Amino acid sequence: MARFSPPEAFSAATRDLSLLPFNFERTGTGQYLVANMVGDFIRLTEDELRRLVDLQARPGDGLYEKAYAAHLVTGTNQKAQRQLLAARLRSRMSFLQQTTPLHIFVVTLRCEHSCPYCQVSRQSTDRSRFDMSEQTAMRALDIAFASPSARIKIEFQGGEPLLNFPLIRTIVAAAKARSGKMLDFIIASNLALLDDAVLDFCKANDVQLSTSLDGPADLHNKNRPRPGANSHELAVAGIQRAREVLGHDKVGALMTTTEASLDRVDEIIEEYLRLDLDGVFLRPLSPFGFAIKTKQFAKYDAEKWLAFYERGLRRVLEINRQGTPFREFYAALLLTRMLSDRPIGYVDLRSPAGAGLGALVYNYDGSVFASDEGRMLAETGDDAFRLGHVEHDSYNSLILSDKLIGAISSSLTQCAPECSTCVYESHCGADPVYHHATQGDALGIKPLSAFCSRQKGIMSLLLDILESSPEDAAILRRWAAT
Amino acid sequence: MTLPLYGTALQSTGFSSDKARSVIRLRSIESVAERHLADFAIARTSDDIRRAIKTEWPSILVVSDDPIDLSGAFTGRLIAVSAKYDYFADGDVIGFDHASGKFRTLYRRNSAHNSFLVTERCNNYCLMCSQPPKNVDDRWILSEIKESLPLIDQATRALTFTGGETLSDWEDLIDVLKECRDRLPATAVQVLTNGRAFSNSRIVDAWKDIGHPKLMAAIPVYASVDYVHDHVVQAKGAFDETILGILKLKDRGQRVEIRVVLHALTAPIIEDTGRWIARNLPFVDHVALMGLENTGFAIANDAMLWMDPVDYGDGLARAVDHLRAAGVNVSVYNLPKCVLPKSVWPHALQSISDWKNGFVEECDRCDEKHACSGFFTTGRPRFSRGIRAITSQRDRLNALVD
Repeated sequence: MARFSPPEAFSAATRDLSLLPFNFERTGTGQYLVANMVGDFIRLTEDELRRLVDLQARPGDGLYEKAYAAHLVTGTNQKAQRQLLAARLRSRMSFLQQTTPLHIFVVTLRCEHSCPYCQVSRQSTDRSRFDMSEQTAMRALDIAFASPSARIKIEFQGGEPLLNFPLIRTIVAAAKARSGKMLDFIIASNLALLDDAVLDFCKANDVQLSTSLDGPADLHNKNRPRPGANSHELAVAGIQRAREVLGHDKVGALMTTTEASLDRVDEIIEEYLRLDLDGVFLRPLSPFGFAIKTKQFAKYDAEKWLAFYERGLRRVLEINRQGTPFREFYAALLLTRMLSDRPIGYVDLRSPAGAGLGALVYNYDGSVFASDEGRMLAETGDDAFRLGHVEHDSYNSLILSDKLIGAISSSLTQCAPECSTCVYESHCGADPVYHHATQGDALGIKPLSAFCSRQKGIMSLLLDILESSPEDAAILRRWAAT
Repeated sequence: MTLPLYGTALQSTGFSSDKARSVIRLRSIESVAERHLADFAIARTSDDIRRAIKTEWPSILVVSDDPIDLSGAFTGRLIAVSAKYDYFADGDVIGFDHASGKFRTLYRRNSAHNSFLVTERCNNYCLMCSQPPKNVDDRWILSEIKESLPLIDQATRALTFTGGETLSDWEDLIDVLKECRDRLPATAVQVLTNGRAFSNSRIVDAWKDIGHPKLMAAIPVYASVDYVHDHVVQAKGAFDETILGILKLKDRGQRVEIRVVLHALTAPIIEDTGRWIARNLPFVDHVALMGLENTGFAIANDAMLWMDPVDYGDGLARAVDHLRAAGVNVSVYNLPKCVLPKSVWPHALQSISDWKNGFVEECDRCDEKHACSGFFTTGRPRFSRGIRAITSQRDRLNALVD
């Protein structure tokens, strides 16, 4: 029928095509991974990449279709491609609208555990000069309530925060007495000191609990020594009691990887399954506090950790394939960024960095830090992320301090060498505290950064699974969905 | 079964010549509802006619093939139509042309699928258009719709406005939608549009200002690539305007449904299209993946468009997966369950309008018939080679094969 036109009649002339921004990385001989401005990935051959850059892609050749659908090219006069990218980028970055949603109160530095990897230099339990005072706590609350977020989370940390439980009660009551913000509370505790009084309080005030669980008893107790060598027993009993009183989802557990963990990821996961937890967060060891002093950090490198992680992730996928829903939470975070545009403000996975903008830490002595790791650095004599003190500073003076602005603006992945051209940039984050701690520089040299190796390693692994194992890919997509 | 929705009256009397058309509403003779000037009593027998006259109905519509016996002096308006319109019932609304006696059914109260054709003009020229566009001045249709709205039952759950391109005379359509908002506040309104008009901020602002809480724009997107979509709709630049339109609607908090009609140009790439929508437009309110209605241009372009649904079922299932994983509300329309992979069944709806919906003999033995879309009866229906009654016996056989 003559009145209908063929497809060629609707294609743009080469001169009317424009490239849109994209990053790429060579993944093998003649093979490239390409990401658009919002981190959608496609794979191109070297020949395709050349033809794309020369704007030689033509409708019908397969390359044009791939490149157009991935927003790598647009008609010069078209608007929709750019508007789609703009809308999606706006959504991805909208975590910035929630400024400082997390406020960490270090109510005491004392602890009855003596973990060699402790990221905070613990103090013996009887030295009450390491407790936060009520006056300091109230000033810290003033600052927390001056932050712009309509909803804030107050997290109690230590040391072991339950060693200063009376102050937790005081802070929760005072926070609730103030109006104007929705509040969440969480206590990060080893649960060794959990008793009915604490549980009743948590129930009455809707306070959640987060604890440490490093794996099976022998591994956990080796990592987390305490008098009686019963840390594992107390943590497990604490999780179970907290669930009975507060509800199953009101207590979470985090693990820390040590050299002793590296060969035992299956057992660690098994322990989380045994306790009916809904997933595990396979975390790397942080280079802070005692972890550096005791040379724990140097004992394994990113490659070893990645092998541990991959084995763990594959075990978790196997568990899902066998019918038990169970997640690896770090993968879930990354997948949410890779497969959706939902704003993820996770402190270590954002740029501008989460330091200060994502969280403020009020130390027991009134010092205010840009992140939990920042105060850990200070315990070893490095004040780079000490933003000020509750006595002399306001929310604004802390957030607008030269130290914070300097650290954040110098570490933006959007313009950092290596990061700005990295194919994974959209899904990664600036971690100025980590890079300061390991390289003495908030920006850091990324090829030397274990953070960078880990990020690239995990994302490349996830992409590989998404592309090559349909059944596992379906499981991973579910993690990103909710 | 296909209901005849238009026709010519066998006879009509009593209509004044100062008006070309009337919108009339049908009432049962016994109806005690307040009588409106537009109301006609429905009579099917001579007995009915006598009762209608006795109960002082000034206007009567007779549905019968028998000669009409007015038995005495009836001076009101009368329309007689053939018995094949015996579906006419209390509350139905009909448009009637005085001179020609032609009429169209505009609204059936008992139907869940009431749609108003707004215009036959369109700035797209889709290869599979079921309602091929005509470049005629048909603005009288919108006036007729305006006249109809006050006659429609307020309990009506949903109305659809279709075309042509419904926004061809956008200011008039927006007036009609405001009437819907005021007169039928509980009725969900769906407007089928190619969405291109919404690339104009003035139009999308006016749409938003209607402030209708249950208004949805249903917009077709056929591909993730510009020229593929433009080819299907035979309009260069349409993809860009349509996508911009969707973005502008959602930016203003308006409800949007994306519709993908599946045929040989769109079905082989449906997984890509589904994934692209999931990634780029996950904030739309609904996505409908729709089997082709083989009528209008679809018949003329049959060689270019026909694809047996069993040959794109797997891609369709993967498209549904991508959309679901992104949290998008997704449905499959117009495709019988037996030609779809089982994973798609929960999304497959009975979507075909009741007046053009039918089944084949094979369906009589099928366990799923009650929950199946069945087939279009319009145009020249094409049937998949996958049509097969779903029975528990067949399930067992499949289990053995698996």
